[in-house]
Amino acid sequence: MRAALAFLRNTWRGLTAMRTALTLLFLLALGALPGALLPQRSLNQQKVVEYIEEHGWWGRLLNRLQFFDVYASTWFAAIYVLLFVSLVGCLLPRTWEYAKQMRAKPVLTPRNLARMPHHGTAETGESVEDVMARTRERLRGWRLVEREEADGARSVSAERGFLRETGNLVFHFALLGLLIAFALGKMFGYEGQVIVQAGGGQFCNSGVFNYDSFRPGLRVDGTRLTPFCVKVDRFHATYLDNGQAESFQADIQYQSGADLESGTWRPYPLRVNSPLRTAGDRLYLLGHGYTPLFTVTFPNGETRTGATQWQPVNQVTLASEGATKFDPPGVTDAERRRREQLAITGLLAPTAAFHGELLDSGFPEARDPAVAVDVYRGDLGTDSGRGQSIFSIDQEQVRDGKLVKVARQNLRQGEQLTLDDGTVIRFDGVRDWVSLQVSHDPAQVWVLVFAVLVILGLLVSLSVKRRRVWVRAKPSGDGRTVIEVGGLARTDQAGYGAEFTALSRDLLAHEEKS
Amino acid sequence: MPVNQALATYSDWTYAAAVVVYVVAAVLYLCEQAFSRAKAPRREAVAAGVGAGVGAGAGGDVRVAGTGADGTWTPGRVVAAPRPSRAERLGRMGLALNVLGALLHLASLVLRGLSTGRAPWGNMYEYGSLLTLAAVVTWLILVRSLPVRRLGGFVLVPVVVLMFMGGTVLYADAGPVTPPLQSYWLAIHVSIIAVGSGVLLVPGVASVLYLLKSSGRARFTRLPDADALDRVAYRSTVFAFPLFTIGIICGAIWAEAAWGRFWGWDPKETVAFVSWVVYAAYLHARATAGWRGRPAAWINTLGFALTVFNLFFINLVTTGLHSYAGVS
Repeated sequence: MRAALAFLRNTWRGLTAMRTALTLLFLLALGALPGALLPQRSLNQQKVVEYIEEHGWWGRLLNRLQFFDVYASTWFAAIYVLLFVSLVGCLLPRTWEYAKQMRAKPVLTPRNLARMPHHGTAETGESVEDVMARTRERLRGWRLVEREEADGARSVSAERGFLRETGNLVFHFALLGLLIAFALGKMFGYEGQVIVQAGGGQFCNSGVFNYDSFRPGLRVDGTRLTPFCVKVDRFHATYLDNGQAESFQADIQYQSGADLESGTWRPYPLRVNSPLRTAGDRLYLLGHGYTPLFTVTFPNGETRTGATQWQPVNQVTLASEGATKFDPPGVTDAERRRREQLAITGLLAPTAAFHGELLDSGFPEARDPAVAVDVYRGDLGTDSGRGQSIFSIDQEQVRDGKLVKVARQNLRQGEQLTLDDGTVIRFDGVRDWVSLQVSHDPAQVWVLVFAVLVILGLLVSLSVKRRRVWVRAKPSGDGRTVIEVGGLARTDQAGYGAEFTALSRDLLAHEEKS
Repeated sequence: MPVNQALATYSDWTYAAAVVVYVVAAVLYLCEQAFSRAKAPRREAVAAGVGAGVGAGAGGDVRVAGTGADGTWTPGRVVAAPRPSRAERLGRMGLALNVLGALLHLASLVLRGLSTGRAPWGNMYEYGSLLTLAAVVTWLILVRSLPVRRLGGFVLVPVVVLMFMGGTVLYADAGPVTPPLQSYWLAIHVSIIAVGSGVLLVPGVASVLYLLKSSGRARFTRLPDADALDRVAYRSTVFAFPLFTIGIICGAIWAEAAWGRFWGWDPKETVAFVSWVVYAAYLHARATAGWRGRPAAWINTLGFALTVFNLFFINLVTTGLHSYAGVS
């Protein structure tokens, strides 16, 4: 029992020692670094997969050691939990000590003030009482206590700068609070992304299934999202002549709370640095791109229009790739449908720049849209049970010969092509789409509060100096009084010298004036 | 807003002039360092003034005698020599040129801001310019109260290297910034971070010199007192650390408005966090028995290495949300 207690005590002492805290700080720094150097799942899933494939056993080892999810890894959590336990272990006794010191009187005046790092002495004709009165006057604002000493001497010990420790404690407690608020946000928050077509496309935050991707916090099951709806009317971007974007804006309308019942839509200009804040959630404009519009006239005379967003592959010129897929109309036989499904794939250029027959995009704005399309007919594999991207066709179906390329052509706006079976495909132009993100973090306002406290605590604790000064007035025997001043800075902050010099000059140099 | 090309050109000229003046100032500083003898009178005066206070880790010692004379060390007051030595004169010329260079440097930033009509720190060239200006100004302020003037060369050399790289490989023409940067937070967050990082260049240099000096090798005896170097490092770090903290938090507030979250472990954010932790460790180490002196200096050096790493590697090699270098 005793041994166990001793062990616990030693562990606690070891954990709360400053050198342990320093070691843990270094481990934290070291542990965070791989997250900047290796691809991370939370930032880019695709890059992680590529990295693991390229690096073989090394990639797999890193993966098993959670190096691609550094900030969610067990070992990173272990470091910061230990660090914060160590912090608490350091803070509790300090807070106790601080509370005691707040009530304690300044310490006794040392017998020999000449030993203090700052020291001065002078003789004056004043009485001891006069010197004391003058000292009290000069040290206004200091916490001081006056004491009687032997041989008729009197002394004042004064102390100042308790705010330093206050700031220090505020800083460290605020760090704890910040971590807790951060963790709460991660548990109860969520983030979802969705692409919405401009020109009236709608999105409602009513369920997870409305999102293209959804990242819930640990305690979020997606059943209780705050309801609100947005409608994207228009997107417009302006560009400099060199293609650099100058401004993005999505004109949206939204409804939340009571507006949902009454059906009121409120307009909002959604821009990159000004998210919509409504119903406790935030809505961001993350990106944009183009949707090519195709009209397909099938041999039986029926027409279908396709408007599927394509994704930009060049962020500067917004050249985009994608796949617009069609089911043949009026076909109920699954077997026949699988022979006659259509897919239009290829490259979309918002401003066409032809190099011979090769299409590229010359500018990100839709000034002269054109597409270079490959048309495939056959079985798209949409009912194969395998999930597939909306931006591409299943290449396996092509390899298996189930999906066959039947045409390849460049189309400018309004141009059309005809397939061997008489199907006509017309390119009608483009429409903008925007990528929106909904973020929910109920604790982030607390993160901000604690962050501000961190700054305040830090500023106070680094700028205030804790320092002491002692003054002793002692009758010299011949009717005169010897004044001694001593000073000590309690922290390693330089700069007390100047203040002490001014102080001692005032306290000692009285005689020269009279 | 259209770019005023004339002002942009003047900005480039003043930038180049500042680099040239810095080079000359650095040479003069280095001459002072090279020609001043290890046992110069000035040095002894410094040792008497500062050395006495060393034990307490505080400022100067005060001896108020009956006459009322005090013994505090004040720059330029203790040196009683009527005629400064040649080395001393070189150093003073260096300092004067250093001030001139800083004024030119400041002018080039102001002109760039006027020509583009926005805060002049929107790409890596401009950011580096602000950062180095902060380092130089920090140095000029410290030189007023600490006897380390002739080390100016060691501060100006990295400054000149950074400015040269900024003006050549990283240079970007004056122009407007992309929509994500069009926010008043650009003026706040980026300036604070750039100034904070710039100030941290000074303790980085001072810590390296401290490590050389305290290694005890004879060839480094001409460097100033290790204690003065330590104080240069500590004072500038204590100033820069809260600034850096405020800069990171401002960045988080901006990220909340621009990227949908206040913190997302973007590579830049991560390395900023890592260097923040390292500087926090420095401040703790300097207050912990057994970690003062060389270990603390090593930590500070590491912190500065991380700052440089964050500036170059993260901006130019990795891809992240902070890829605004404007280098093509």
